Amino acid sequence: MSGGGLLELDRVARIYTARRSLFGAADPVRAVDCVSLSVPASRTLGIVGESGCGKSTLGRIALGLERPDAGSVTFDGALMPKLGTPAWRRLRARMQLVFQDPLGALDPRLPIATQVAEPLDIHRIGTRADRADRVADLLRAVGLRPDQGTRYPHELSGGQRQRAVLARALATDPALLVADEPISALDVSIQAQVVNMLADLQAARGIAMLFISHDLKVVRQVSHHVAVMYLGRIMEQGDPDAIFRDPIHPYTQALVSAVPVAGPRRRPRIVLSGEPPNPARRPSGCPFHPRCPVAVSDCQVIVPELQTMPDGRQVACLRAAISPSAARIAA
Amino acid sequence: MRDAGLLDLAASSLTPPGATPLLAIQDLTVAFDGVPALRGVDLAIHAGEAHGLVGESGCGKSVTLLAALGLLPPTATVRGSVRLDGQELLGAPQAVLDGVRGGRVAMIFQDPASALNPVHRVGAQVVEALRLHRGLDGTAARAEARRLFDLVGIPDPTRRLDAYPHELSGGQNQRVMIAMALAGEPDLLIADEPTTALDATIQAQILDLLRKVQRETGMALVLISHDLGVIADVCARVAVMYAGRIVEQATAEALFANPLHPYTRGLMSALPDMDGPRRRLAAIEGAVPEPWAMPAGCAFAPRCGLAVDACRADPPPALLPAAGAYRPDPHHVACLRADPDHHVEPRWHTASRSAAMTRSRVQPSARA
Repeated sequence: MSGGGLLELDRVARIYTARRSLFGAADPVRAVDCVSLSVPASRTLGIVGESGCGKSTLGRIALGLERPDAGSVTFDGALMPKLGTPAWRRLRARMQLVFQDPLGALDPRLPIATQVAEPLDIHRIGTRADRADRVADLLRAVGLRPDQGTRYPHELSGGQRQRAVLARALATDPALLVADEPISALDVSIQAQVVNMLADLQAARGIAMLFISHDLKVVRQVSHHVAVMYLGRIMEQGDPDAIFRDPIHPYTQALVSAVPVAGPRRRPRIVLSGEPPNPARRPSGCPFHPRCPVAVSDCQVIVPELQTMPDGRQVACLRAAISPSAARIAA
Repeated sequence: MRDAGLLDLAASSLTPPGATPLLAIQDLTVAFDGVPALRGVDLAIHAGEAHGLVGESGCGKSVTLLAALGLLPPTATVRGSVRLDGQELLGAPQAVLDGVRGGRVAMIFQDPASALNPVHRVGAQVVEALRLHRGLDGTAARAEARRLFDLVGIPDPTRRLDAYPHELSGGQNQRVMIAMALAGEPDLLIADEPTTALDATIQAQILDLLRKVQRETGMALVLISHDLGVIADVCARVAVMYAGRIVEQATAEALFANPLHPYTRGLMSALPDMDGPRRRLAAIEGAVPEPWAMPAGCAFAPRCGLAVDACRADPPPALLPAAGAYRPDPHHVACLRADPDHHVEPRWHTASRSAAMTRSRVQPSARA
């Protein structure tokens, strides 16, 4: 996972300080801890994990919206410029972000077409006359009619709003799209439309995507590579088919088994005890060990590094490193 | 609308022979300021069963149960009949409804943090429910609250009774809500998207808990969800709703092995798979019609690959047992074009999906 990617994260960490009480001492919260990732052009990297695992922070770091406290972010071979600098502003045209809530991302007082044209105005792309044509093209690309550009956000359905947000994100013809739960607020039948559209847009425009979601089924559908995060660290990463068919890390096993499937269940459900701990009170050793059904005493002490398995995926688990099959059978 | 004879037939055919439903909803319609939200719903919930209600936002799945319990705002016009053990609830006096809500019928919602009072300790809120519905007070109430906390799997229950909602996680708060719902020893628990706001591993815990308390207390459960997977996990019978009507109802096994309504099939094809080869998702094109612009015929006809002229012209047939349904709990569907024996594959059906369905039909599922 190094070299050659459009976006490269190298041992990135982000530490917030949180006060538990007004006069209490500040606790460091490692939201992201030593994460290395690579997103090649035209490829999608899926990030899965539960709330508080650091996946959204990782997306913000990838866009330069937050500076990592350790490690480096490289975009197209150059180090990510500092937030707010002219170099970063220029780069922003090539990197775009799409959120979960399209209504919150759109200005309720402006028609859709004006908002889709905004990035063109900001980055001075095309002449004023060209821009209207370009907006129409963008609306068509996301499956909206150009005449719908005169509508206001509240006049569109949730799916149409998310399409409008995507049209705006695509306006500058970005090389990288960071999509943070982009379809989680949409109904199932509309989710499928947007997922297909993302795949088509990627194929047509060669966009690299960082797809952040808690929905394993959707991540498997869209991703070429997937990373499973827990408490700021990557637990397992590699080919989505392999990871979701045959997870090795005990956390991935539990996460995969927890996905409710419509129809007969393929594997027994592993119900974890307890809840993910507060990131401010990160356990020693492996962050997952207090909930892990196969943890041994070493897991309380040693922070496992990612190890490459014979099939090419990487797993951060002491039990898997000793014997992958043993870990799988024991769990 | 429909004539009375057909209505009786439809309602009675939903009832397995020899059983009076615990909750019988008949021809329930709801309109908000004249705009219809529910357009004739018949639903029978039997004692002790786990019944799922699935559909997308705005299909009326929550409105059905809220209307049944008289929980809609005054702007809603509610017509039809809702009987709990034979007692009519629609238009019932407030005193009757107060005894039913939180007592015989309890309800939990998606967001436990906003359903709980933030300025009262969670234990006190459970004790209040015990006082109102069981007449318990003082140490007896606190002991019972502690027992309920233990039952719903809250660790260290004695200490947690004194916690405020903000001190607990979303999963713990949902457990508190379930404890409070169980305080009235309900015959029926309505769970409206109880795990939608929770993380995957916590969702698994709460679904396990709902299954456990339903089994241990013998109460009936209505689980409302947009997630077919969640429904499949918990429910024995399922009703699928679309645009204010039930379009299909069957045992979970029959529904997931052999969905008959084109909308149900579309929903299943639109879901990405967790294994097997990745395929392009079969999206249902278009969107749900707006309530003020319902098509004349079947509400799904504009998006349906099987629709014929009759589907667009006439209202869809009532929910009737599908052809060949002779079993005690038949598969019901409201579609002119649904024919289990000669079904035409809808255009969005991929080969792999129908092969998978054939497989699961041959080998009945071993669901837990």
